[in-house]
Amino acid sequence: MEKMHLKMKVNGEDVETLAEPRELLIHVLRERLNITGPHIGCETSHCGACTIDMDGKSVKSCTVFAAQASGADITTIEGLGNPDSLHVLQEMFKEHHGLQCGFCTPGMITRAYRLLKENPDPTEEEVRFGMAGNLCRCTGYQNIVKAILAAAAEMNAAKEAAQ
Amino acid sequence: MIPAAFEYHRPDTVEDAVKLISDLGDEARVVAGGHSLIPMMKLRLTGLSHLVDLQGIGGLDNISISNGTVTIGAMTTQHELIVHSGLATTAPIIAEAALQIADPQVRYMGTIGGNVANGDPGNDMPGLMQCLDATYTLVGPNGERSVKARDFYEAAYFTAREEDEILTSISFESGGGGYAYEKQKRKIGDYATAAAGVLVKISDGKCSAASIALTNLADTPIYCEAGVAALLGSSPDADAVTAAVKASVDAADPSEDNRGPAEFKKHAAGVVIRRAIERAIERA
Ligand SMILES: Cc1cc2nc3c(=O)[nH]c(=O)nc-3n(C[C@H](O)[C@H](O)[C@H](O)COP(=O)(O)OP(=O)(O)OC[C@H]3O[C@@H](n4cnc5c(N)ncnc54)[C@H](O)[C@@H]3O)c2cc1C
Repeated sequence: MEKMHLKMKVNGEDVETLAEPRELLIHVLRERLNITGPHIGCETSHCGACTIDMDGKSVKSCTVFAAQASGADITTIEGLGNPDSLHVLQEMFKEHHGLQCGFCTPGMITRAYRLLKENPDPTEEEVRFGMAGNLCRCTGYQNIVKAILAAAAEMNAAKEAAQ
Repeated sequence: MIPAAFEYHRPDTVEDAVKLISDLGDEARVVAGGHSLIPMMKLRLTGLSHLVDLQGIGGLDNISISNGTVTIGAMTTQHELIVHSGLATTAPIIAEAALQIADPQVRYMGTIGGNVANGDPGNDMPGLMQCLDATYTLVGPNGERSVKARDFYEAAYFTAREEDEILTSISFESGGGGYAYEKQKRKIGDYATAAAGVLVKISDGKCSAASIALTNLADTPIYCEAGVAALLGSSPDADAVTAAVKASVDAADPSEDNRGPAEFKKHAAGVVIRRAIERAIERA
């Protein structure tokens, strides 16, 4: 099958690549664009390890064809922070032991990022409900929820201090 | 998990999309949110050689509410249904049901049109639309027509939609009153073991209007006429509720699968139908 010329914005940069229409977005991100933060877990739309932020939505990139994402504005974990300058969520996951093996973490944090954008001051229950599309097989979720609540508190305090 | 090869199309208008699917015939399928279709394509359970993406068509994701008539564009996502403030006051049963579908990521992508057109008995919106007595608007090569949600479902994955038709919008009259959508599922992200949508109106102490519809309890959604008849005109006291539950469970025809044997599903149906009726009455 002939390849398509795809253009999208990924982590603030305009990128172009050739891909077959049937290639999944997760494969194009990882294998053609070398963006390996989003992981392939179940590959069946359940686990959320491949979660990215696309046009302001949390999306499982194993369930989108790259062709559908042509023209989209995408943020992955790489766009949220880096080792020299961690995102508050990354800081809090570290501080509260919100990860063990780390496989689900990029998806968790990318989803939590959108959750806190939409609901900056969530209750514990709202965090649990809002994170229901991301599975973790190590932590039992307790510390993930703590980390997200701590990040929300941190971000709100920073916002208040700035006013 | 790589699907078979296909050609991708992104038309700008409904007319162009209809032309594509009618010219390409059964080799072509439309894709909306893709969250039912793509999993099937990855499993190679669905063969197609042309995928017609509806996302480029403007105006298919509007929600309008006027004089109690609610019209929802087919490309409206479940997430948009949940956060829409007008729907929250006019037809709160929509958000209540949508919140019980899948998980946040799926709800950002999955559309109401895809959910009702899909024909999977596990989908929650078809039963909800039968409960609301909604009408679907379909556009094909010969123009537009309307089909009632209660007449749309023929068997699992078989609907009244012709292969060259696109579902463009859904509309219903919102009558107000009490409502509830109750769903029993094994875990978040699972389809219903049994689910029921109920609407109830009470005036002068009597049930003046009611609707009951079921999800995943047969190979199509079920509108429970006998259950409704048991409620109408009643006070509605415990006896009327029990009669309505019994009549509705009798209308269910579940089959055994990995969610359990048919007997168990009928039991679960009785529980969710009762909860939904009682909560709708409480809210009426
Ligand atoms: C993990 C997971 C859990 C889920 N759990 C649930 C659940 O509990 N309840 C539930 O209801 N759903 C569930 N779903 C399905 C989800 O809600 C789907 O998004 C929805 O069923 C289909 O909507 P879509 O926009 O993604 O449609 P698509 O997948 O794009 O399309 C589905 C079908 O409808 C056709 N179609 C789509 N739009 C139109 C149109 N406008 N006109 C004509 N034909 C059209 C397509 O050709 C295709 O055959 C789940 C999905 C996943 C991945």
